[in-house]
Amino acid sequence: MTNAQYKKYADERAATSPVLKNTVKAFLIGGVICALGQGLLYLYMWAGAEKQTASTLVSVTLVGASVILTALDIYDSIAKFGGAGTLVPITGFANAVVSPAIDNKAEGYVLGVGAKLFTIAGPVILYGTLASVIYGVIYVIKSMVLGIV
Amino acid sequence: MEMFFGFLKAFAVGGALCAVAQVLIDKTRLTPARILVAYVCAGVLLQAMGLYGRLVDFAGAGASVPLTGFGYVLAKGVEKAVDSMGVIGILTGGLTGAAAGIAAAMVFGFIAALIAPSRPK
Repeated sequence: MTNAQYKKYADERAATSPVLKNTVKAFLIGGVICALGQGLLYLYMWAGAEKQTASTLVSVTLVGASVILTALDIYDSIAKFGGAGTLVPITGFANAVVSPAIDNKAEGYVLGVGAKLFTIAGPVILYGTLASVIYGVIYVIKSMVLGIV
Repeated sequence: MEMFFGFLKAFAVGGALCAVAQVLIDKTRLTPARILVAYVCAGVLLQAMGLYGRLVDFAGAGASVPLTGFGYVLAKGVEKAVDSMGVIGILTGGLTGAAAGIAAAMVFGFIAALIAPSRPK
């Protein structure tokens, strides 16, 4: 193997192998969190909740669990391994809400906790709501054309 | 057995949504914060196309737990509100649908910040 070939080989390994490894880890951890959510969904439905209520309760439970694990500094340790697998589930959103709030507690309850709670939640809620309003306009127009509203 | 497949589908679909995000983080300049914003908007878009509800029916928590599910709840809320209240539902629907998740994150987050000791920077 020539130097140039080796360099190409090494670059390829360096570029692809961590990505693949990270992706597999994200898949596994994210999958486990969602499977846990599915278990909670079955539990709440078994307890008599309607499907949609049960689904909301699952979100609330996962948010609560994530907040506790974040406060105990455990969630970040899982996140180091799971990457996007811990980011994309709603637990990751909850983690991103609480973490900066705790970190900036020293700045006080208004501009510290109160403002920093929305470091990630702010943009997520803003753009999510914006997208939903745009969809709402389209949905109303569509309904009018179809003569429903 | 049906329950086993329910777990399997939730695991596979939820895992796949996370895997896609990991590839985006590693291969593009998308930061985690942008991924979350993109996923919520993608959830709204996919429901607008009438697709995400079907994924939720198929994969349960595998579709509702990832942040795209949050977008789906926003879009679904708008549909419901417009159907029942008309045009004003454009503005009220999204946040109404997502209210439980948002309020839970805020309330639990505040309590945690209240109790947790300040972290040294």
